[in-house]
Amino acid sequence: MPIQYYIYLSLVLFSIGIIGVLTRRNAIIVFMCIELMLNSVNLLLVAFSKMHLAFATANDKLATTVGTDGQLFVFFIMVVAAAEVSVGLAIIVMLYRNTHSVDINFLNRLKN
Amino acid sequence: MNTTEILFFFLSALAIFSAIMVLISKNPIHSVLWLVAVFFAISGHYILLNAQFLAIVNMIVYAGAIMVLFLFVVMLMNLNAETEPQKNLWMKLAGVISGGCLLMVLVSLVRQATDLNAKKAMTTTGDIGLIKNLGKLLFSEYVVPFEITSVLFLSAMIGAIVIGKKE
Repeated sequence: MPIQYYIYLSLVLFSIGIIGVLTRRNAIIVFMCIELMLNSVNLLLVAFSKMHLAFATANDKLATTVGTDGQLFVFFIMVVAAAEVSVGLAIIVMLYRNTHSVDINFLNRLKN
Repeated sequence: MNTTEILFFFLSALAIFSAIMVLISKNPIHSVLWLVAVFFAISGHYILLNAQFLAIVNMIVYAGAIMVLFLFVVMLMNLNAETEPQKNLWMKLAGVISGGCLLMVLVSLVRQATDLNAKKAMTTTGDIGLIKNLGKLLFSEYVVPFEITSVLFLSAMIGAIVIGKKE
């Protein structure tokens, strides 16, 4: 599969995530769009790791573990995302408890 | 067109359609469910790339744990389509246009990159995604980041408890 297809798919998903962050006002949906952007990057990392492997095995038949690092990076991104979600949702719950709304415009009170 | 290509285009169309539905559904619960569909499509892509460990982890951690956490919070707050805050139309239009501009710039960048021509991602073959290879590397070369991860989780847990507890 040509690598460009995977790049285009990831770009489209990432842009949809950006549009969601810019256009929605529900804090939970904004947070979900950030998850979508993280996932599009994960997909691109896995595709590039397999591209790297294909390139390495074409030159050297013994290079069978090239590109494993890319997939481990995806693993670490998932770990960081899980930690981020727990803290972020705690912040959103606290915001809801104080304002009885999840509208992100209420966050402009942080200015004062 | 062989089976791999058909599966690739089907999963891509499913992922993009579900991602758009995440944005345009008014009810937050529907958004969460569509996002689960996106994660399943991405897991299908991982299986297609023969990254089996990541496919299973993506399904369990993302579509399972994280999305259930989102669903739990949405239902706890009793959010629905009536209480959904709306931006005005011009702000939405500006957001869509700026996101589309970003997409256009990035796509034109990829189209001009001659390095990427004739590069192929290995699908359905190559076993670097199997847990044997990943585990060997994780516990030899990347063992320090792996241990630091546990500190990150501990601090995230303490942070969530401190933020979430009542005054």
